[in-house]
Amino acid sequence: MGRGSRDYASWTVAIVLVLVFALIPVIWLISLSLKPPEAITDQRFLPSEISFDNYKSLFEGGISDSPFIKPLINSIVIALITTVIAITLASFAAYAIARLEFPGKRLILAGALAIAMFPPISTVGPLFDMWRALGLYDTYPGLIIPYLTFSLPLAIYVLVAFFREIPWDLEQAAQVDGATPFQAFTKVIVPLAAPGVFTAAILVFIFAWNDFLFAISLTSSDASRTVPAALAFFTGESSFTQPTGSIAAAAVVVTVPIIVFVLFFQRRIVSGLTAGAVKG
Amino acid sequence: MAEIVLDGVTKVFADGYEAVKEMDLDIADGEFMILVGPSGCGKSTALRMIAGLEDISSGELKIGEQVVNDKAPKERDIAMVFQNYALYPHMTVRENMGFALKLAGTDKAEIDEKVEGAARTLDLTEHLDRRPVNLSGGQRQRVAMGRAIVRDPKAFLMDEPLSNLDAKLRVQMRTEVSRLQSQLGTTTVYVTHDQTEAMTLGDRVAVMRAGALQQVGTPADLYDNPRNLFVAGFIGSPAMNFMPAELSGGKVKLPIGEIDAGDLAGGRGDGKVVAGLRPENFEDVAVIGDLKQERGLVFEAEVDLVESLGSDLFAYFHIESEGVQSDQLADLVEDRLDETGAANIREGHEQVVARLDPTSKVKRGETAELWADTAKLHLFDPESGESLTAKRDSGSRDNSVH
Repeated sequence: MGRGSRDYASWTVAIVLVLVFALIPVIWLISLSLKPPEAITDQRFLPSEISFDNYKSLFEGGISDSPFIKPLINSIVIALITTVIAITLASFAAYAIARLEFPGKRLILAGALAIAMFPPISTVGPLFDMWRALGLYDTYPGLIIPYLTFSLPLAIYVLVAFFREIPWDLEQAAQVDGATPFQAFTKVIVPLAAPGVFTAAILVFIFAWNDFLFAISLTSSDASRTVPAALAFFTGESSFTQPTGSIAAAAVVVTVPIIVFVLFFQRRIVSGLTAGAVKG
Repeated sequence: MAEIVLDGVTKVFADGYEAVKEMDLDIADGEFMILVGPSGCGKSTALRMIAGLEDISSGELKIGEQVVNDKAPKERDIAMVFQNYALYPHMTVRENMGFALKLAGTDKAEIDEKVEGAARTLDLTEHLDRRPVNLSGGQRQRVAMGRAIVRDPKAFLMDEPLSNLDAKLRVQMRTEVSRLQSQLGTTTVYVTHDQTEAMTLGDRVAVMRAGALQQVGTPADLYDNPRNLFVAGFIGSPAMNFMPAELSGGKVKLPIGEIDAGDLAGGRGDGKVVAGLRPENFEDVAVIGDLKQERGLVFEAEVDLVESLGSDLFAYFHIESEGVQSDQLADLVEDRLDETGAANIREGHEQVVARLDPTSKVKRGETAELWADTAKLHLFDPESGESLTAKRDSGSRDNSVH
């Protein structure tokens, strides 16, 4: 057995271990969501009979009565708006940082990093008071703004790294070809940085989608409550039953958009998109 | 189409480095001007200032009688071919070539027509819908050229466009560039470090060193009347042979013999000078017989090495001397040693190369009788490097439009 195949074998084992570790909870969750309410505590890993009651209960009653549909819409809209704004702002900022020399550049990068490192929990109290005073409490902007605060630095960092990889000459070629700096940016730089833009977009989207802390603290009703927070308010069929099954079903449902999002963009995240631009 | 005039153009970088010093250059309408020099001589910076990609620190730049110092590249109506081509990888060849026209708001049909016309000229028609990543080096180079020519700009600026091609393709593209330029008649500024390209392509050649223009002239002029040591050593391959010499009492004392100074010294008094003689100004005595001997110098040398190329025969020999030293030569050594094997300018080791007739019978390790055509001798001041022999009234000094 050569060194290569031994390496290969040990990598396979390691990867399988990681996959098992990561996937068992997911399988467990799916299994729980498929069990009928009375079988939840039957202590079996796989359901003995499959029922979709938990899923049905999530969507029963339409928008007004379902505990899940409105939060799901909130989640999608808030995460998408956050992603679009964060990526737009971050690409301008990252472009300036990657391409231009200006005083305070290091300070801006260091500041962005410091904000990203800041523990969100310490901002929740002040935000709660401020948002109530400003009328942002329990609104979409009330969540989008703090999400932007924490996701922008991340997006800027990712994009700076990608922009730095794009050959300067391309932009200069565009300028000589008669492009304004803005045209050079939108027609040449952004398309070439697409893998970076999509990477940053996925990260921002997941951050906004997964957030529980701000969602639970800064909302009070279905007007803007997102899925992670709404799950905490699920009730069982009677005051004596645990809502375990519906929570599991809801958790499975909220995972789907993330998977779709990643799969959709993964095809765009092909490295080597700039291949062929310049020689060497 | 337009003329380009540089008047005292200077570039000082933020760190205080002066990349281009007071450059004066008139490039006539339709002229093919080459900027040549070793790496770091400021030739690319000069080109980028013409393109508008670098700010001009001081001086004035005119394109078509209009001062463009503060104009953005897009307002200058110039096209540039980059050393690494800088093709847009996310666009097809057609889109790459039509990009400038599209930005200018040209209508679709006209863009197609022009792109297809350029593609025919450059033999790219069948590649129009491919992306740069799928093209070979030579094809990418042609796309870069195509991107420039579809626009019919006032001037082409080319920054070492052939340096990324392999040797064979480079020669092929060199003729292509030359043909295109004369066909289109567009003013062209071409930057290269390769003196062969400079000599073969240009209507005129501007030699630069350390940010300063050394000499501007036709290739033949630079070759026959180099104004200083640097130009003499840079132009020509193999490079000119340099040897220490001394002027004394109307004679020039060379390591290979002594000749009458005549008007060679240009009225200069006695003292040390640097003598330069091109390889082809040597010949095997056995080949020429007694014919020309009266105006030259016959000497004996032990041949270290013979290289026969079929059409030419290069004989290397060394001469006794304490070495020629000059800043300008030191600059050359760095750049040219690897490139041309111009070992003859290595410090303290005076190797001389002679280009002899291929029928010559000189052999390695034997002593050969050689003849040097001293009428072609160049003399230089060892301090300033200035030529004492260059024709004062030649075009080399005249930097105006002809």
